[in-house]
Amino acid sequence: MTVTSSTSSPASAQGNLVERLARLPWWLLLLALAGVTLLYQFLTNELYTVILDKLTRGVTTTIFVTLVAFSSAILLGLLAGLGRVSKNPVIYNLATLYVQVIRGLPILVWIFYVAFVLTPAFFSLTNALGAALAPVLGADNFLSQANTQDVTLLGRAVIALAFAYGGFEAETFRAGIQSIGRGQMEAARSLGMSYFQAMRYVILPQAVRRVLPPLGNDFIAMLKDSSLVSVLGVRDITQEARLYVAASFRYPETYNTLAFVYLSMTIVLSLIVKGVEARLGKDGRGS
Amino acid sequence: MGEAANGNSQDMIVIRNLVKRFGHVEAVNGVSLTVPRGQVVVIIGPSGSGKSTVLRCINHLETPTSGEIWVDGMKLTHNHKDINAIRAEVGMVFQQFNLFPHLTALENIMLAQKVVRRRDAREAERVARAQLERVGIPEKADVYPGQLSGGQQQRVAIARALAMNPKVMLFDEPTSALDPEMIKEVLDVMLELAREGMTMVVVTHEMGFARNAANQIVFMDKGLIVEQNTPQEFFDHPRESRTQAFLSQILR
Repeated sequence: MTVTSSTSSPASAQGNLVERLARLPWWLLLLALAGVTLLYQFLTNELYTVILDKLTRGVTTTIFVTLVAFSSAILLGLLAGLGRVSKNPVIYNLATLYVQVIRGLPILVWIFYVAFVLTPAFFSLTNALGAALAPVLGADNFLSQANTQDVTLLGRAVIALAFAYGGFEAETFRAGIQSIGRGQMEAARSLGMSYFQAMRYVILPQAVRRVLPPLGNDFIAMLKDSSLVSVLGVRDITQEARLYVAASFRYPETYNTLAFVYLSMTIVLSLIVKGVEARLGKDGRGS
Repeated sequence: MGEAANGNSQDMIVIRNLVKRFGHVEAVNGVSLTVPRGQVVVIIGPSGSGKSTVLRCINHLETPTSGEIWVDGMKLTHNHKDINAIRAEVGMVFQQFNLFPHLTALENIMLAQKVVRRRDAREAERVARAQLERVGIPEKADVYPGQLSGGQQQRVAIARALAMNPKVMLFDEPTSALDPEMIKEVLDVMLELAREGMTMVVVTHEMGFARNAANQIVFMDKGLIVEQNTPQEFFDHPRESRTQAFLSQILR
């Protein structure tokens, strides 16, 4: 007993030090080191400076795709999520079909499918409709004149991403809505509110607050997945990098820079999401 | 709406042969009950006897399997508009309070007034403050439910129902989730309501309240009404053996 106790205090102090060292965010230090090295390159190495300049031309497109596709995805997801909890079998089945198809397809395949199958198919349909309605609307009505080329590849990419993420957000919203106790709906209905009034004023305000953290994470995921639009030749950051590499064969320099640009955006975003989460946690009101 | 008033117009609620099945389980097995205007009917009975289900059928929170229900002469149908209209006239208080946690006490009481009764914000707030005064906690107007005690939450829930000017109030075991020291403050509010002439249907285990406030006691067991009488007769001279057994277990 005495032996162990006499040796245990320096040992535990040592243990404490090791533990405290182990708890330091070393990953951040390593990342910062890599970042500083790259920053040094941007300032001193002309090649890096040129590449960074090329890539930043794609930043606007990347941010545009992310913002437009994500806000559309939220709307689609909210609608499909409401459909998933609906008691109407038609609405429920349509929403579930949408969610299952989206969840079962790789986003990359989905983007190709929307761009080269669904968009042309949509316009064949409108053209056929326009032809059928020619006696009413005239031969050159807008339906028959509409053309697949009217929708740019950027537009198709945004539509595809919006519907893909809409499927994920539908499940997020469904989970959020179902996490609100049955009694809330009953109390609202017992006061004479309709189903939609109860959703709008009682259930959704509580559900949205609960799903904000996962939505924040999905926003960051959308920023990353926006790089997929490069497969359609949309000139986002990734496409600018690919174009530069194709001409210069400067693989390490270009992809170092590409990774640096994405990481700085995602890390800043995740800090913002964390901050918002912490604030919500603070004044998040019980239940 | 619905058929012409059934029975006489003195009756606020008329229930005829109500049956409610959950799958193969018969929760309510043919109940007929009349609640006259301005009277307090207390439903008691062992758990699982179907008393809460009867209450929840009155405002269609449960859809009856068969049977007919009239509220103030309006027959309950499956038509959603009619159901919403009837619900606005029927206040309900739940065991678990079910206040809206994202709204203050005042906002809880104002919401349905604005959305369902279409009152403007000023009128809704005036009514809400008056109702909070009535249940004795005007100072809690701007407090969120999470910061209120159970008894205070239930009183806000009663105020929320009263703000709709209901013709009848349903209470579904309103004190069962409360700590013992908070039961009295809620029962006092209910007694006051009864004294003011509110028509009430109360499912409760509080025999003191039943004796003091009720005009009629209804004893249910296994989905059926076993015995129905005035409090004096019911407690002092129970007729049925099942009633006697139940009372001997409750009133030690």
